[in-house]
Amino acid sequence: MLSVVVFLPLVGAAVLAAARRMPDGVARWTWVGITLTDLGLVVGLWAAYRTPPPGGLAFAEQVRWLPSVGSSYHVGVDGVSLPLLALTTVVFTACAVYALTERTRPRTQAALFCFLQTTCLGVFAAQDLILFFLFFDLSIVAMYFVIAGWGHGTAARSALKFFLYTFTGSLALLVGFIGLYLAADPHTFDIPELVAAAPLQGSGAVGGLVLAAVLVGLAVKTPTFPFHTWLPPAHTDAPAVGSAVLAGVLLKLGTYGFVRIAMPMLPEAWRAWAGVVVAVGVVSVLYGALVALAQSNVKRMIAYTSVNHMGYVVLAVGAAGVVTGSDAAARQVAVSGAVTQMVSHGLITGALFLLAGVLHRRAGSYEFADFGGLAGPAPRFAGFFAVAAFASLGLPGFSGFIAEFQVFTGSIGATGWAALALPGILITAALFLRAIQRLLTGAPGPKSAGFGDLRPAELLSTGPLLILAVVIGILPRFLLDVIEPAAEVVVSLVGR
Amino acid sequence: MDEDPLALLPEICLLAGAIATLLAGSFLPRQRQWIARILAALACIAAAAAAIVALASPTRSVFADSYAVDPLTGTTRLVVAAATLLVLLLGTEELRGSPRESETCCLLLLSATGATVLAGTTDLLVLAVAYLLTSIPLYALIGSTRTARAAEAVMKTYLLGALFGIVMLLGVTLLFAMTGGTGYAGLSTAGSVVPAVVAVGAVAVLAGLLFEAGAVPGHFWVPDAAQSANTAAAAFLTTVPKVGSLVAMFRLVDALPGVADWPLLVAALSALSMTVGTFAAFAQRDPRRLLGWSTVSQVGFLLLPVAVAGRAPLAEPSLLIYLAGYAVSNLAAFAVIAAVPDRTDLAGYRGLGTSRPWLAGALLVALLSLVGTPPTAVFLGKLTTFTAAWDGGLAWLVIVAAVNTVASLFYFLRWLAPTFTRAARAGDMAEGHVDRRDLRGSRPWAERTAVLAAAGVLLLGVGAGSLPILVAVP
Repeated sequence: MLSVVVFLPLVGAAVLAAARRMPDGVARWTWVGITLTDLGLVVGLWAAYRTPPPGGLAFAEQVRWLPSVGSSYHVGVDGVSLPLLALTTVVFTACAVYALTERTRPRTQAALFCFLQTTCLGVFAAQDLILFFLFFDLSIVAMYFVIAGWGHGTAARSALKFFLYTFTGSLALLVGFIGLYLAADPHTFDIPELVAAAPLQGSGAVGGLVLAAVLVGLAVKTPTFPFHTWLPPAHTDAPAVGSAVLAGVLLKLGTYGFVRIAMPMLPEAWRAWAGVVVAVGVVSVLYGALVALAQSNVKRMIAYTSVNHMGYVVLAVGAAGVVTGSDAAARQVAVSGAVTQMVSHGLITGALFLLAGVLHRRAGSYEFADFGGLAGPAPRFAGFFAVAAFASLGLPGFSGFIAEFQVFTGSIGATGWAALALPGILITAALFLRAIQRLLTGAPGPKSAGFGDLRPAELLSTGPLLILAVVIGILPRFLLDVIEPAAEVVVSLVGR
Repeated sequence: MDEDPLALLPEICLLAGAIATLLAGSFLPRQRQWIARILAALACIAAAAAAIVALASPTRSVFADSYAVDPLTGTTRLVVAAATLLVLLLGTEELRGSPRESETCCLLLLSATGATVLAGTTDLLVLAVAYLLTSIPLYALIGSTRTARAAEAVMKTYLLGALFGIVMLLGVTLLFAMTGGTGYAGLSTAGSVVPAVVAVGAVAVLAGLLFEAGAVPGHFWVPDAAQSANTAAAAFLTTVPKVGSLVAMFRLVDALPGVADWPLLVAALSALSMTVGTFAAFAQRDPRRLLGWSTVSQVGFLLLPVAVAGRAPLAEPSLLIYLAGYAVSNLAAFAVIAAVPDRTDLAGYRGLGTSRPWLAGALLVALLSLVGTPPTAVFLGKLTTFTAAWDGGLAWLVIVAAVNTVASLFYFLRWLAPTFTRAARAGDMAEGHVDRRDLRGSRPWAERTAVLAAAGVLLLGVGAGSLPILVAVP
């Protein structure tokens, strides 16, 4: 069942790629159909999901693949991966609906996105490091073609930068994986086995070096300061749907890796380096917020808020490693907040990037200076943008609040230094209010005239994302009931 | 003493095929030379079939312990035969009706025989003969296009080949003097005589093999030859001799006495090869020259398992997996080049993705495989060789290899980026460039070979884990 969820979009991609004579309209709707089916399947999974015992997996499937190197096709979900699988299908469905008005090679784009969806789902479902790496690497390849093929401006350059940076990260990750493999006895790439064995316990420097390789790989992908420089150009030049997927899903591959691989497999090294991770998190939060505040380009601003938001996740997972002098409950809240933040950020930033894409569609620009007073000609756009902005700055009632509240409660409970990141919330609030002010209110800008309001496809793609953010904000239990047991497991594993 | 000639059936098939091709070519009229080509292809198929049968039988050593019939030899035979067959297929249109049709086929088979013997032998004298049998046909192959560039390339290759050949013979002489025999088995005890002389002799023998493999410092001929020879010959000389000589190096390093730090020496050569190859490929604009330099860096990666020969259980299977994956990926890339002979620089590949999607897809798979992206064949090779090298105590080399992998991505993207950019320029269309170059079916065999090889890349990447050579790892 889980394999069907993962590979259904791949089959769709193959059909879309092979059917060269398919009319554009059919291709667009086929894409929507595929993503909706997959979404339905994931909802089914969610309904059937029962929290597995600690260290166990739900819907696990294992098939022999590379027995001689201790690798197999092993997939399964737990409370960390299930919400992210759901997020992936939701974001991709929103993109498929948004792209119903796409004019540039819609069939190829649909095929590429379906392929990309399989790679993202595969990463979250993988329970084997090689399988994880396979999907991780292929997601980079697919995203490269999305940016290079459908981007604008200096897309080729940005795509190259994205590919080189993230590929560097993925190779660092591979080196770390090989280190884990060789340390385990018997040698294996299986994630649950490696988690159970925690092979580098008590190995001192080697454990630190392997963790360093894994951390660099994941930090590039997340991205955290100082590895974030590929992100703003990639976002600025990517098409709207590409940005939504990049920010909404691909960034989570990095933070997910912290929770799935780095923390449970290398607990001793993680605790030793927790201070550094917390510091990187705090710097990412503040730096991302401050640089976002200085942007004159809407998309770049949202891109930098992603650095800020991912910083909260890094802060929380780092704080979860500060074991001495903190209680497990606080650390558990931090991890739960980190996972909630991944879901929340995916929904809200996905919506924000799609809305920013509307600016480009109508006026060919993302510059604040070109717009102003959009609330007049485009009230629905203004309303949606304002809601998304408030959700992103962490207003109570939205998912961002639930996530950030947990992140700060847990992190500050674990280490007082986490409080240094608090001004990040303030700066983010300021920058989003300023963005609303500059875009939606005031005198019309040079490109505000005749700005068309949201069309049905745009409403139906961004609307559900925001509704979900509100639902999680008001009724978070359905999500937290899934996440919390898994967070508890992670915290106990790190405390070993 | 085992002197069963049937133990050498795959080699005999290739050699007999070469002779049959030569004779047939001598008596057939120009327009029926294709019969010679068919003969050559049949010889490859027969050799591959014999190799598979031999792989299933137990390991043995034949002809006074001068030739090993084991998984190393068996896999090399299979890879060499299959690679030569792919070369013949991708060169179908290029060779058809050319003035050197049967001669080219004969030379390919002779060199392939030499490469197989190179891999299988455990005797220094046979190694020297195999070196000559592999390299001499290459000179003729490179020179057969008769252009000024080819003349320069063949001169370079010949001079370097002669130099390294002499050095190798010198090494064989020294080792013979020290051990009183030419078998590899006697080498392990040679250290007690005069360690320094044994070390010099061994380095000299390795030097010859480095030339054949196109590794630093014997790499200068590779890019020139790859650029100036015809495509089939270029595909062959960047693939088959490497397969044979790397396996030969593996055997030799495994057999050498500990008179020097062999892992460190090979690791240094490996690091140099991959770095030189990668950085020289950065500035290339001719895809064939780019691939030529890329193969130099690939040999660097292939030297990783050689460096830890006998020190890590994964060393041998990882070498074989990487060799097979490299051969099929490299040939897929050359088959794409063979299918679009008029596109001679990277920018010329603009629009291929739209006009010939299958071919562009094959190129994508081939180049991503050479970079080492899963789930392709070379990814599996890189994964296993990295693991073997780390296991053998060369973690620093794994880091160097990972950095070089990232760097190699850059020049392959310089090729892929235009391929998948649409040729929307009005000028191109007006001059009729795109239409003329992309006449559908102008080189169907080369295109089919490219797609076939690309499928092989994926198949090997996904399925190689179940192959006996990997399953047998302890």
